[in-house]
Amino acid sequence: MAKHILSVLTENKAGVLSRISGLFSRRGFNIDSLAVGPTEDESVSRMTIVVDGDEYIVEQVSKQLNKLIDVIKIKRLDESETVSRELALIKVNAPAEQRSEILQIVDIFRAKIIDVSHETLTVEMTGTTEKQKAILDLLAPYGIKELVKTGLVSLQRGTNYINK
Amino acid sequence: MIMTGAKALIKMLENEGVEVIFGYPGAANAPIYDELSRSSIRHILPRGEQAAAHEASGYARASGKVGVCMATSGPGATNLLTGIANAYYDSTPIVAITGQVATNMIGRDVFQEVDITGASAPFCKHNYLVKDASLIPKIVKEAFYIASTGRKGPVLIDIPIDVSTAELEFEYPKSVDIRGYRPTIKGHNLQIKKVRQAIADSKAPVIIAGGGVGGAGAAQTLAKFVHKYSIPVATTLMGISHTSGCENMLMGMIGTHGVSSANIAVKKSDLILVIGARLGDRAYTTVHSQNPEVTLIHIDIDPAEIGKNVGTHIPVVGDIKVILEQIMEKDIDCDIEGNKKWVEHLAQYRDKKLPYTDKETTVNPRLAMNMLTKLTGGEAIVATEVGQHQIWAANHYKPSTDGGFITSGGLGTMGFGLPAAIGAKVAKPDKTVVVVAGDGSFQMSFGELATIKQWDIPVKIMVFNNSRLGMVRELQKKGFNSNYFSVHLDGSPDFVRLADAFGIEAGKVSTNSQLEGAIAKMLEDKDRPYLLEIIVDSEEGTL
Repeated sequence: MAKHILSVLTENKAGVLSRISGLFSRRGFNIDSLAVGPTEDESVSRMTIVVDGDEYIVEQVSKQLNKLIDVIKIKRLDESETVSRELALIKVNAPAEQRSEILQIVDIFRAKIIDVSHETLTVEMTGTTEKQKAILDLLAPYGIKELVKTGLVSLQRGTNYINK
Repeated sequence: MIMTGAKALIKMLENEGVEVIFGYPGAANAPIYDELSRSSIRHILPRGEQAAAHEASGYARASGKVGVCMATSGPGATNLLTGIANAYYDSTPIVAITGQVATNMIGRDVFQEVDITGASAPFCKHNYLVKDASLIPKIVKEAFYIASTGRKGPVLIDIPIDVSTAELEFEYPKSVDIRGYRPTIKGHNLQIKKVRQAIADSKAPVIIAGGGVGGAGAAQTLAKFVHKYSIPVATTLMGISHTSGCENMLMGMIGTHGVSSANIAVKKSDLILVIGARLGDRAYTTVHSQNPEVTLIHIDIDPAEIGKNVGTHIPVVGDIKVILEQIMEKDIDCDIEGNKKWVEHLAQYRDKKLPYTDKETTVNPRLAMNMLTKLTGGEAIVATEVGQHQIWAANHYKPSTDGGFITSGGLGTMGFGLPAAIGAKVAKPDKTVVVVAGDGSFQMSFGELATIKQWDIPVKIMVFNNSRLGMVRELQKKGFNSNYFSVHLDGSPDFVRLADAFGIEAGKVSTNSQLEGAIAKMLEDKDRPYLLEIIVDSEEGTL
């Protein structure tokens, strides 16, 4: 099944997130990731929702979301015309003898070390989902102690924007 | 003007033209009831909150206005839920107002606290938890607007007790502007053009009319449309109420519990116009077995219904009444003579009359429904419970006016009919309102006999008694090798004596020959309630 990116503008008020997540579970839709925060207009929140499913599912998700009174606008983003990023914090095992190898990997991916201890390094990695997967594959042999991700956030390329 | 939240609420309800509230008082909504006592709005106290919600639905369906119900926090609010869900699945405009514990207590699991906005969200068009009294006027205005426009439905307003007692500067909101809610009204011109072409090209068109026809107030427009092009009409369960004007074009109800003329019409047609119907699974099976070459047009106010249950070739989103008028704006070069022959062909199936079985100790329920049609001229509003009797009524009672058949279509709620009839009678006191119930459903809400008595709401009640949960029994017969379990209603009360205990006159009939007299007696005095118990063979089938 394919992944689809929906960008959703909603009222920025209490209860909206639960309405949206509730709708997904009630209708049996699967959310791959969901990222939310306020926009340039403080009364509006923007969510980037990655949905797993076929054409029918994505159309239903969009239509059902549109029926929520608190949803202002929905746009399906075409991946080829969209820039997307995801942020991950990765705490990886880093004994002294392997530390330089890990630093090299971090350097190649243009990621950052944001915390260090005698046994671990915490890496901040920003990038597309594919890039996230690639660095995780390379770090896995050292032992990943903890991982947290933001979920994908996306904007259309160029002069297109959601309200246009 | 400075006033309390409770007073602002009542003032807003008066401004919205609310004439009656079906509600139940308690602690958390006490300030609202205190204000309500001084209002001109009529208050009807049912014998349970669930009935209050169904009564609001019945009122809304009969009047075309928004029905209002009220309950207190916690169990009062949860008891409303079935009624709210019922209104949601049948797109009925109601506003439910619940009391809530004080804002500083929310989330602490205090006495009679429940998260009712969370609980009702999956089957509410929208809901509000009011945390600031100054927002009450705006929220009430929005709630009525949302409930009564677009695809209609229930809206819940939850008001904590401290918000009811807090003071605010009242200002009447002149208009509503919700940026996330702009229902489409007019059909897209290009789609309208395609519809005209499809009608012109069709040799055997059929309309499937649903409850949305009523929601749009489009019954007359639909009748005009149908007669203009001679297109036969099949209905869903919810469409029965709004198609009486289609007269001889009407082929009956489709689906698993429908009639052959309607199902044949759908199966043999080359063009299906689905108008204001979502085609749930009970209707869906017939469409599934349609002609593979068929063209399907779907007209609906709710874009999410299009393509949800059936594939659509020509979708048209908007208000049904407006769209039908748009289609009729230009001539359609269709074969009206051919269509008339097609209607005649289908009418053969419809007009085939089967003889009524005559048994010594039981009544044929189909005959009873035909008799009700005959004796009322179809002028009565019939409200049904859910079960076999509902289908007997759907297929054999022929309402002659728009809105004459009120039933729980989407949710299939037993216990809906009696309170819905009460609501309908309150909305239309001059109409005869008849509840068609089974002995099972009736026992889910017969406490409402007291409501009928206390508030002098003279509805007529027909209880088909087969001492069974007939429809479940039938399911066990066909699907579970006649392993009948928990479908016998032994221990039911004597319904005639039960009515008598409530001070309501009652009668009983157990033969076809006595039926006409018994129904005539029930209908005789318009201003008095009456219960007629009708004995039906427990083996009697639904179809």
